[in-house]
Amino acid sequence: MSSLATEKKGFGAMIWEYLTTVDHKKIAHLYLVAGTMFFVIGGIEAMLIRIQLAKPDNDFLSAGLYNEIMTMHGTTMIFLAAMPLLFAFMNAVVPLQIGARDVAFPFLNSLGFWLFLLGGIFLNLSWFMGGAPDAGWTSYASLSLLSPGHGIDFYALGLQISGAGTLISGINFLVTIINMRAPGMTYMRMPLFTWTTFVASALILFAFPPLTIGLFFMIFDRMFESNFFVHTMGGNTIIWEHLFWIFGHPEVYILVLPAFGLFSEIFATFCRKRLFGYSSMVFATILIGFLGFMVWAHHMFTTGLGPTANAIFSVATMAIAVPTGMKIFNWLMTMWGGSIRITTPMLYALGFIPSFVAGGVTGIMQASAPLDYQLHDSYFIVAHFHYVIVGGVVLALFASAHYYWPIMFNQMLNETLGKITFWFFFIGFHLTFFFQHFLGLMGMPRRIFTFLPNQGLDFFNLLSTIGAFMMAIGVTLLVINVIITAIKGEKAGQDPWGDGRTLEWAVPVPTPFYNFKQTPLVRGLDPYWIEKMEGNKEGMVYAEPLSDIHMPNNSILPFIISLGLFISAFGAMYHQETTWGLYVLIGGIGLSVLAMIIRSLKDDHGYHIHKEDLMDDKGGNV
Amino acid sequence: MDYNTKHTPHTWPKHPETASMEGKNKVTGFWLFLGGETVLFATLFATYLALKDRGPSGMKFSTHELFELPLAFIMTMLLLTSSLTSVYAMYHMKNFNFKAMQAWISVTVLLGLGFLGLEIYEFVEYVHKGFGFRQSAFGSSFFTLVGTHGVHVIIGLVWFILLMLRNAKRGLNLYNAPKYYLAALYWHFIDVVWVFIFTVVYLMGVM
Amino acid sequence: MSEETTLTPRTEKEFEYDRKRAARGMRKQVAAFAMMILFTFVAFAAVQAGFPANFIGPVILLLAGVQVALQFYFFMHWDEKGSGTAQFFMYSAILVAFTMVLTFVTIIWWGE
Repeated sequence: MSSLATEKKGFGAMIWEYLTTVDHKKIAHLYLVAGTMFFVIGGIEAMLIRIQLAKPDNDFLSAGLYNEIMTMHGTTMIFLAAMPLLFAFMNAVVPLQIGARDVAFPFLNSLGFWLFLLGGIFLNLSWFMGGAPDAGWTSYASLSLLSPGHGIDFYALGLQISGAGTLISGINFLVTIINMRAPGMTYMRMPLFTWTTFVASALILFAFPPLTIGLFFMIFDRMFESNFFVHTMGGNTIIWEHLFWIFGHPEVYILVLPAFGLFSEIFATFCRKRLFGYSSMVFATILIGFLGFMVWAHHMFTTGLGPTANAIFSVATMAIAVPTGMKIFNWLMTMWGGSIRITTPMLYALGFIPSFVAGGVTGIMQASAPLDYQLHDSYFIVAHFHYVIVGGVVLALFASAHYYWPIMFNQMLNETLGKITFWFFFIGFHLTFFFQHFLGLMGMPRRIFTFLPNQGLDFFNLLSTIGAFMMAIGVTLLVINVIITAIKGEKAGQDPWGDGRTLEWAVPVPTPFYNFKQTPLVRGLDPYWIEKMEGNKEGMVYAEPLSDIHMPNNSILPFIISLGLFISAFGAMYHQETTWGLYVLIGGIGLSVLAMIIRSLKDDHGYHIHKEDLMDDKGGNV
Repeated sequence: MDYNTKHTPHTWPKHPETASMEGKNKVTGFWLFLGGETVLFATLFATYLALKDRGPSGMKFSTHELFELPLAFIMTMLLLTSSLTSVYAMYHMKNFNFKAMQAWISVTVLLGLGFLGLEIYEFVEYVHKGFGFRQSAFGSSFFTLVGTHGVHVIIGLVWFILLMLRNAKRGLNLYNAPKYYLAALYWHFIDVVWVFIFTVVYLMGVM
Repeated sequence: MSEETTLTPRTEKEFEYDRKRAARGMRKQVAAFAMMILFTFVAFAAVQAGFPANFIGPVILLLAGVQVALQFYFFMHWDEKGSGTAQFFMYSAILVAFTMVLTFVTIIWWGE
């Protein structure tokens, strides 16, 4: 059982180790690999979209296929790429940042991952099983109920499974941060990435249940003959719009808040200066989280909710600019007077500020309900949310890939190649999306598969496609960078950037599976920096003497629980047209429930690493 | 301190559910989960309120003639009382009186089963009258809201029964005390949801 | 993570005191239960008696709210120390829940 025993292992044993692991560092690897896989799939879909729109009257894709690709691009990127990749960094870093030996519920951490992965695979299987969903990532009920085939069923069931995983992970991070902080790590000493993870997890907790219910309504309506959205039977499709956006808007903040946190870490590290306005950053994060729940109807200004509702949501939306602006200024003030090192992560951070501000400003434009009637469903919207998501979240993910690579893999990605990657991606990004603002203002609607020539749309669309190719080159360079680094195999060692401030840089690399031999004592904000400045060679002071460490056991049950739901989803989908569907549905759920009952009846006390073994173990910093 | 340590009433901590780190995490995590459940049920309530009395043109069902207060009243009393009996169970858990705790949980389970039986009877009656899940938006939203609550009751009962059987031989320890505590919290939460169901669905439906 | 919690056995005096306190706490629980039963009875009786709906509606909602508060503060131990996190997240959830219900009874576009 002990991971100590599995140090030397073959390929099969490694697979088994990853299937059963409950170690947050290994689960971070899993999230990173799976998230990257879906990111590449979503990226290929994006390239197909841009190829189709490179010239007017193109017939590279048919209209129906275009709808499927566009739907899957959005769904994949939001649910299966951006969120898991953020979870990868949360898993890799947050427990270390707060001085914990693992997350609060290691078993649930693993369960969350497998639910996400199998849900994502289920969704993508639609390509091979009669067609993908084609009603847009918002899947408005009035459209999606009438979509033939099983595409929308794949959407609803797949997101249901992976959404459950996300909810579980969210609760896990909340409890970890509430209960597992090392002595001295008060709330107001937590690194900003931990804070943003905390608030984003709280948003997950409250935003995912409405999505779950909305998806259940969709599943019931499409597969079990209920009538939630069927207007001839008294249903109401506006309900779906509300449920989707009550989830969907907080979702944007679930993505972007951790990105803010990652950049906050990067700014402080490479400006070699304490983050400016720490408490106002925390306050702004909480305020954004709160306001994020009160603005969903700005996605529905043109639905016809009436002037009162539109006015309220308009004002609330504009209010979000205030805390966001606070953050931007704090980052600028952190740089002011700092001794800045332009590393690859810092380069991304510098590129992030103007890009995200541009996305924020167009957001304020749309917050004005009368103007939104003009902009709604045009390419202006497409440009806006790509500026926010790519300019905010994806840049943060790339920056952190470089920044945290040494923590996750004990290697440094090549800096020169990293900077080249940045310029390709950054220029390509602005080329792609900047001109889409004008396309939108000129009246080009979103979600159309082609456009007519000589309406002034040709050139900007071509530019946009060229930009997309540059982004693709950038991503490819990053992958090449990873491969080169892996082949070279140079060890990075502890704190390779030399300017680490927080506890994740204070642990030895490769990090032992128990993280901290002795629980650290935190004496202030940026604890590792404090110890460094005081000349403490060990980098930590300890809160407890060396003693036995209690660790959780690995388990295959999370995988089996997820597999059961995966199987039952096929049953739900085919139960109307086949005789076996119902049995598969019940059997799959039965398998999950059985695994849960085994989990509940079998005592799992974990095991202890003994003090003596800890002292023998080399590589620690004692 | 090991999980398997045998306790006496004197060594038993005042708050056994949070005496271990794992217990503490479980209690915090469960409260967060209940927060999520609150939003989940709010979604179902909101949908029910939006779709109440809505159906195909000419639908003859409405809350006024469908719901019967005496039945709802008996169900409410059963569930409320079961909430108190589970409080008694937790009182004895904290006093390290295993037998009394198991006994009170058994009473809770019996009351819960009574509630469940009446609910099933009610649903069957409605379906007999032609008011089903598939016949109208009203039906869909009613059965989803009340049915989801019913599923929670079933889960709560199964949870209690599994706990009682699993620990019947070995008694209380710091490993299973948090489990009992959480099952009781879950049961209270089920009651909380029911308070709003009988008020919003039944009482406001017939007034 | 670690289950090593040091427990010091209670002295006989402490033990007796805690027992008495717990018994007194239990009486409080029963009192709360009596109030819940009373509120439920009043709510059902008010509706049965057929008072005007605009009047009973808010009253029974209020009774439900108080009853739920009793459940939380007594049955679910919010009156004890260390329930701050639970309360914070539950109140946040209630805020979201309230917003959602308000939305669905006001702006879902029934054209009437």
